[in-house]
Amino acid sequence: MTATAVQSGLGPLLHRLTGDEKHAPSAHSTLDVLWVLYDRVLRVSPETADAPGRDRFLLSKGHGPAAYYAVLAAKGFFPEQWLDDLGGWDSPLGHHPDRVRIPGVEAGTGSLGHGLGLSIGVALGLRAQGFTRTRTFVLLGDAELDEGSNHEGIAYAAATRLPITAIVIDNQSSTHGWPGGIAARFPGWDVSVVGGRDRDRLEHALKPRHNRPNLIVATVERKGS
Amino acid sequence: MMRESFIATTTELLDDDPRTALVLADISAEPFAPARSRHPERVLNVGIREQLMASVAGGLALTGMRPYLHSYAPFAVDRAYEQLKLDLGHQDVGAVVVTIGGSYDASAEGYTHQSPGDVALLDTLEGWTVHVPGHHDEVPAMLREAARHDDRVYVRLGLQENDRAHPDAGRLVVLRRGGPLVVAVGPMLDPVLEATTGLDVTVAYTNRPRPFDAEGLRALTGGEVVVVEPYLAGTSAAAVSAALEGVPHRALHLGVGRREVRRYGSWRDHAREHGLDAPGLRASIMDFLS
Repeated sequence: MTATAVQSGLGPLLHRLTGDEKHAPSAHSTLDVLWVLYDRVLRVSPETADAPGRDRFLLSKGHGPAAYYAVLAAKGFFPEQWLDDLGGWDSPLGHHPDRVRIPGVEAGTGSLGHGLGLSIGVALGLRAQGFTRTRTFVLLGDAELDEGSNHEGIAYAAATRLPITAIVIDNQSSTHGWPGGIAARFPGWDVSVVGGRDRDRLEHALKPRHNRPNLIVATVERKGS
Repeated sequence: MMRESFIATTTELLDDDPRTALVLADISAEPFAPARSRHPERVLNVGIREQLMASVAGGLALTGMRPYLHSYAPFAVDRAYEQLKLDLGHQDVGAVVVTIGGSYDASAEGYTHQSPGDVALLDTLEGWTVHVPGHHDEVPAMLREAARHDDRVYVRLGLQENDRAHPDAGRLVVLRRGGPLVVAVGPMLDPVLEATTGLDVTVAYTNRPRPFDAEGLRALTGGEVVVVEPYLAGTSAAAVSAALEGVPHRALHLGVGRREVRRYGSWRDHAREHGLDAPGLRASIMDFLS
């Protein structure tokens, strides 16, 4: 259990989800980033979950959503009781999140390589409608970057200086790895690499606004270690 | 001509309705340049990135905008199929997909630039309205109507056109009354009319094959029905079968064949090769009815 899990009371919530969680190793890789986002950065709450100017967070890496569900439940987006029946017939919570079923979930994901493109569209839509203070965040996994569709989005966001914030959780799960580093695949982006368990550094990296796309590589322990 | 109608109408929509947005992947970017200069935040060209084009449309729709996207059918539908499935359908949002290059319109470009299966692919997904205009004057109303809601809409623009437009042909419109029913979709109308000259048949037209006018089909079918579509043969077989459930009938489905025609030439050459010119249609229909 990480420090965040203990200190934020997420431990019992995560425990309720274990048992039939499909992608357990990757689930908790996102925990500290998600907690920092929802606790310290995002301007969104259960009361503003449908407000047009709310900050947006898209979990592109829909695999292993236990941490996501635990954080949303802890923040009151849905009842904690929902955590007891992950993937059940009567449960809104699947092994990948469905925005139609779960309050607070901005995008239904699971198939890898969709969230970045969607988040670019979200950011463009918000800008076109004058929501200039609204920020758009998207979280991907390092193995998810294998999908070519991401690289369409990476290049376009850089070319248009679109101020979105992408977080790549790096638990070295990409089969062939990223020799030279993940950040090198994001030319034209502002880039920082931070420890994915260090909440203060994560907050420091996530909070400032940038005037072009911003990548935060959050490194955590190797998958399966 | 249909492409020009699309560009003119969509440019007007962008001027008139701040909810509309256009996402391009280089195709037709130049004729939309005036619209882009007036509405740089709503006319977006992502470059040669069709997956991104569809995902961006999904994201725009998630914020309440009404995105139109456009490319060749093989790129907008075949290539970006999963984005249409997940970034529109699974998100429970819509967009207006406007394509050129369906079937064999890109005849000299070859099979890489052709999509006979676009409508069949969309048939695997939920909630798509499919327009197949038979004349460029049928295009503006389709695009304008699509701006007024958030559903998923496909508009398939083609090179082949009928002599005249038939407005309000979402439901089957009867153009000739007689015996067995022949349904012509979009630009198949004129070849069907020519092919059935002197035959005792009823000819009905639609430019909106999805949702198919099941009620009209039931009312017009007397036991035999021929469907002529400008895309993959048999695409509407399931819809016709569902519409006529419990009604004894014989059906013939004509359209573009699966076999890849490794020849170039014009769309007329390909129509002839697939039996979709008037002589080919006449032979197939007479054989079926004899």
